[in-house]
Amino acid sequence: MSLLKVSNLGVQFQTNDGVVSAVNGVSFELEKGQTLGIVGESGSGKSQTVLAMMGLLARNGRTTGEALYQGQNLLAMSPTELNRIRGDRLAMIFQDPMTSLNPYLTVERQMTEVLELHKGISRRDAKKRAIELLDAVRIPEAARRINMYPHEFSGGMRQRVMIAMALLCEPEVLIADEPTTALDVTVQAQILTLLKDLQRDFGTSIVMITHDLGVVAGLCEKVMVMYGGRVMEYGTADNIFYQPSHPYTIGLLGALPRLDHDGSELVSIPGNPPNMAHMPKGCPFSERCTHASSRCADELPALAASTSNPQVLRACHKPVAELQLAAQEVAHV
Amino acid sequence: MWSYTFRRVLATIPTLLAVITVCYLLLHLTPGGPFDGERKVSAAVLANLQAKYHLDLPLWQQYLYYIKSLLQGDLGASFRYADWSVNDLVGKALPVSAAIGGGAIVISLFIGVALGIVAALRQNSIIDYLVMLLGNIGGAFPSFVLGPVLVMVFAIGLEWLPAGGWDDFSLRYMVLPMALLVFINISTIGRVMRGSMIEVLGSNFIRTARAKGLPMRTIVLRHALKPALMPVVSVIGPLAISSITAAVVTETVFGLPGLGKLIVNGAANRDYTLVLGLVVLVTVITVVLNLLVDLAYALLDPKIRY
Repeated sequence: MSLLKVSNLGVQFQTNDGVVSAVNGVSFELEKGQTLGIVGESGSGKSQTVLAMMGLLARNGRTTGEALYQGQNLLAMSPTELNRIRGDRLAMIFQDPMTSLNPYLTVERQMTEVLELHKGISRRDAKKRAIELLDAVRIPEAARRINMYPHEFSGGMRQRVMIAMALLCEPEVLIADEPTTALDVTVQAQILTLLKDLQRDFGTSIVMITHDLGVVAGLCEKVMVMYGGRVMEYGTADNIFYQPSHPYTIGLLGALPRLDHDGSELVSIPGNPPNMAHMPKGCPFSERCTHASSRCADELPALAASTSNPQVLRACHKPVAELQLAAQEVAHV
Repeated sequence: MWSYTFRRVLATIPTLLAVITVCYLLLHLTPGGPFDGERKVSAAVLANLQAKYHLDLPLWQQYLYYIKSLLQGDLGASFRYADWSVNDLVGKALPVSAAIGGGAIVISLFIGVALGIVAALRQNSIIDYLVMLLGNIGGAFPSFVLGPVLVMVFAIGLEWLPAGGWDDFSLRYMVLPMALLVFINISTIGRVMRGSMIEVLGSNFIRTARAKGLPMRTIVLRHALKPALMPVVSVIGPLAISSITAAVVTETVFGLPGLGKLIVNGAANRDYTLVLGLVVLVTVITVVLNLLVDLAYALLDPKIRY
């Protein structure tokens, strides 16, 4: 049994303009110690997918499908049941370390409360453990700095505190929602190395949400590419990077700025992400896809095993061969 | 923090002096004097009275006389209440106003904050609408309407409590006026608390707290209460000042011997010393309460340090 098995997950929001579907039919599995990357641009539904699993959707959010953690459906749990699992077995770190820590409480209080709650240990023991974790995420003078407030830490240091806080109970799954987006490039690399080291030491499975393909390449075994609330392509990192089979993935890879050739222009995918309230009838990417035909606009492609590589799941009407030819062109430009 | 408090107290001296000077001039600019009544006093008596209170001197000399006695802690003699010094009058009225207004503010703080939290947690539910309705009634109806309604229901209808008057801090006489002030104050405090609590509960660090698996009670009390209280602290200062020093209508409705009534009478009678004495008192109370508010900010928010 997989540690985490998400099937046909959907997220809908009740808004003044009617029901908006933010996520549709997302399925994935995560094994122990594995890292899954969820990639997509803003509004692709990648964050809402994991927020739904953690029971952290906005008030007007509803879910469909199921997310099984060790056979228990997280989406059907009562708040009390869910509270026993989240923070303990399933932990999450967020995009913006500047606002994700409570500015009114010391780091010590914010860390010890997790251990007091889930492990039932005394505050003194909890503090000892918290200092160990702060050491583990390489915060200098942890024993002194634990008594400080978040505003006395830099952004990178705050994200380290967040990571230490998430790892306090040695969770089996760590969900990282764009953990490096708000940080300097140099700090980003430090945080990623840190996550990799911690994964090795603690054996944690990681769900890494990002729009940064560099992050995926460095960290993930499996990658799920999302667009318009749907999975476009799902496979191993190697497959996604070296034989992308979906026009959107190809576009994303093509848009990576590269230093090894002269072109000074930045490549981008033309157009904007679709408005979630008015999704196209067919493939969500059809409006921006250079390969789109009339069938793409009318008929939603199902996520199915690729004909060229059954390990890869893709949602596209176009045959792989036709697209990969184009991809190679992109790679050689 | 102590040096900050000390500096703030020192800074009140120029404020106080400015307030006194402006009020002093305004009072003397207004036509009429303390001894212009319907019953004419003879010229000789008037001259005597004026000499007694230094009203025959040029204004700047009168002013200096006043400041001099003020520095000695003497607010002067009342012009109209012949046997009373202003110190005595204020000394009798202040405890009444402080008990009613201060007590009302403390009670409204607890009730208002609690109602605001409940309304925020049950946003757009029946409870929320009820709390907001109550708040709107308290905010929309003036106290000279709500006060008599309270009297009609609890004093005349149910005969539980006296309709008004004062009996040496007897609780029976304090309940209705305090209830009126509490009702008016919780309408503001509850509304502000509801709004700020809703905003705080939507913030990123509350999402983090939920992701930790903390129960709602801990999230509200430990994580959301302090930040949500900040806007409440901002309104509590002005509310306390008006409840203690300017509860004129409440004091009139219930016939209380408080500060509000004293100010109105003093102004109507051109009782220069009495009005000035009260102005000094109100200024000091305002400055002290504002200082307390600023210190409360520092107590709540670790980012604020003086």
